[in-house]
Amino acid sequence: MDASPYLPSPRFARWRRWKSGAITGILVACALAVIAPLFLVIYFLLVRGYSSLDWSFFTQLPKPTGEVGGGMANAIVGTLTLLAMATVVGVPFGVFGGIYLAEYGSDRANDWIRFAADVLNGVPSIVWGMVVYLILVVPFKTFSAYAGGVALGLMMVPLVMRTTEEVLVLVPQSYREAALALGIARWKVIMVIVVRTALKGIGTGVIVALARIAGETAPLLFTALGNNFWNHNLKEPISALPLQIFAYSISPYDDWHRQAWAGALVLMALILALNITVRVLSRDRQSTL
Amino acid sequence: MSTPSSTSILPAPGSRFPNIAFKWAAGLAAAMIIVLIILVGWELYAGSRLSLSKFGAGFLWSSEWDPVAEKYGALPFIFGTLVSSLLALLIAVPLGVATALFLTELAPMRMRQPITMAIEMLAAVPSVIFGLWGIFVLIPWLRDHLFVWLKHTLGFLPLFQGPIYGVSMLAAGVIIAIMILPIVTSISREILRSVPNLQREAAYALGATRWEVLRIAVLSYARRGLFGAAILGLGRALGETMAVTMVIGNRPQISASLFAPGYTLASVIANEFTEATTDLYLSSLFELGLVLLAVTILVNIAAQIMLKGITGSVSSKVA
Repeated sequence: MDASPYLPSPRFARWRRWKSGAITGILVACALAVIAPLFLVIYFLLVRGYSSLDWSFFTQLPKPTGEVGGGMANAIVGTLTLLAMATVVGVPFGVFGGIYLAEYGSDRANDWIRFAADVLNGVPSIVWGMVVYLILVVPFKTFSAYAGGVALGLMMVPLVMRTTEEVLVLVPQSYREAALALGIARWKVIMVIVVRTALKGIGTGVIVALARIAGETAPLLFTALGNNFWNHNLKEPISALPLQIFAYSISPYDDWHRQAWAGALVLMALILALNITVRVLSRDRQSTL
Repeated sequence: MSTPSSTSILPAPGSRFPNIAFKWAAGLAAAMIIVLIILVGWELYAGSRLSLSKFGAGFLWSSEWDPVAEKYGALPFIFGTLVSSLLALLIAVPLGVATALFLTELAPMRMRQPITMAIEMLAAVPSVIFGLWGIFVLIPWLRDHLFVWLKHTLGFLPLFQGPIYGVSMLAAGVIIAIMILPIVTSISREILRSVPNLQREAAYALGATRWEVLRIAVLSYARRGLFGAAILGLGRALGETMAVTMVIGNRPQISASLFAPGYTLASVIANEFTEATTDLYLSSLFELGLVLLAVTILVNIAAQIMLKGITGSVSSKVA
């Protein structure tokens, strides 16, 4: 029944128009079906999460198994700590790697590095957890906040590297030439002129990467492990919101389910805040992302 | 890409060292990426050496997973990973491509931006939140409505027979589908946008209806890229961990029924890694990780090759 445009009979033309209209309708329905889960997730997060949020959620430690009440104060602080550590690990490597790609690398070397970065981006996050377990948990014989921060930080490297490269390339070549013509050393030109010009874009890339890793659970399972108390020493296990949400949602206790929803709402709010920051930062420069 | 070399005629004495040091520092950071790939592969290999030497290749097709008897086989997990990911693709690719078509060809201009933003936000939802939602919202609905209906209407197929628990291969497929929809949609959109307008205009000029234009001029032109988008989605689906762990039921079995619980490579690692009591147990989990890594890297490389030249960078486009 191939659509032959040679001899259009009115009936056939009607059928073709009808078919086209029907498929248009199906496409609209598909688009609605794709965005529906977002609204369903947000709706339930707001309804169940908001009603479960109370002051003690933000101020108290988790209660022992089965007891009602308590909060996730340590997990909130833990997540922020881990993000800070990940930034310390991931950003220098990412930014300097991006500088190499944009300013020094030959086309051939760059192709390989970009390819490797894309491959690394596809490595399942649970694998990062296993690798860091072998590197940092086994030798030091303890799960630790350091291990969790490094696992998240390594995941940031390829993301930050690519966005840094993209914004550095946008800095006009004439800036570099003008600075070099004044006799300024190449490394100073890059740091003071090029990176400085692109600083906002680089910052945006870092926040994008943070938003990506803030909700990661799998890499933390065997590195940061989780902790029901305050972490006073980064060499010891630390709690994180995603870990706590996971543990509570698969538990059999109603009160923990309630807190899992509250934790999910807080985590989602954090990630949305990061994403909104990105939008505000990159509003006046479309090219950034 | 490279800038003109320093043009100062008389470089100050000693000014070369900082330049070279800086270049090396940047080069080392970039080389880190390559080092990381080798490190990841090497560490997993090192971790699984014990199990590799004990079980050899038979590990891959042994279906017994009994930590008490020290018997480890990967087949149920490979099966679970493949089936849940393929189910996800079956759901996500048609929906994603259709949405991309809608966004590039049909939607009024002022609707495109909000819908694109909604899809980007869907990509920002963490896996563990999808899992939570899956346990308490999606699974009860699937169990009480969709699964019952499927069993009633398609129950003659072995796929839809057997008891309905809720946690199941199909639930995992649905949740993974939701999670890979953003990447499949945004890459497909990118590809459809790269179809030259001349193609569409030519088809319209021949009197084609809107659907005929899409089919003849757009979809067939973009076929290879759309296939690449699907493979990229597969790469993501294979490694999904948390949400799957929370809805798949975590039972190492191979069942024809999609209502039956299953287990995936990533979820068994997530669940059992910290409980692995013997070296061989842990080593077997590392070998599962090695299998997962090998498969996802191969799939990702295939996707990169297929998408090469069509879209610039895949990773940086999907935040």
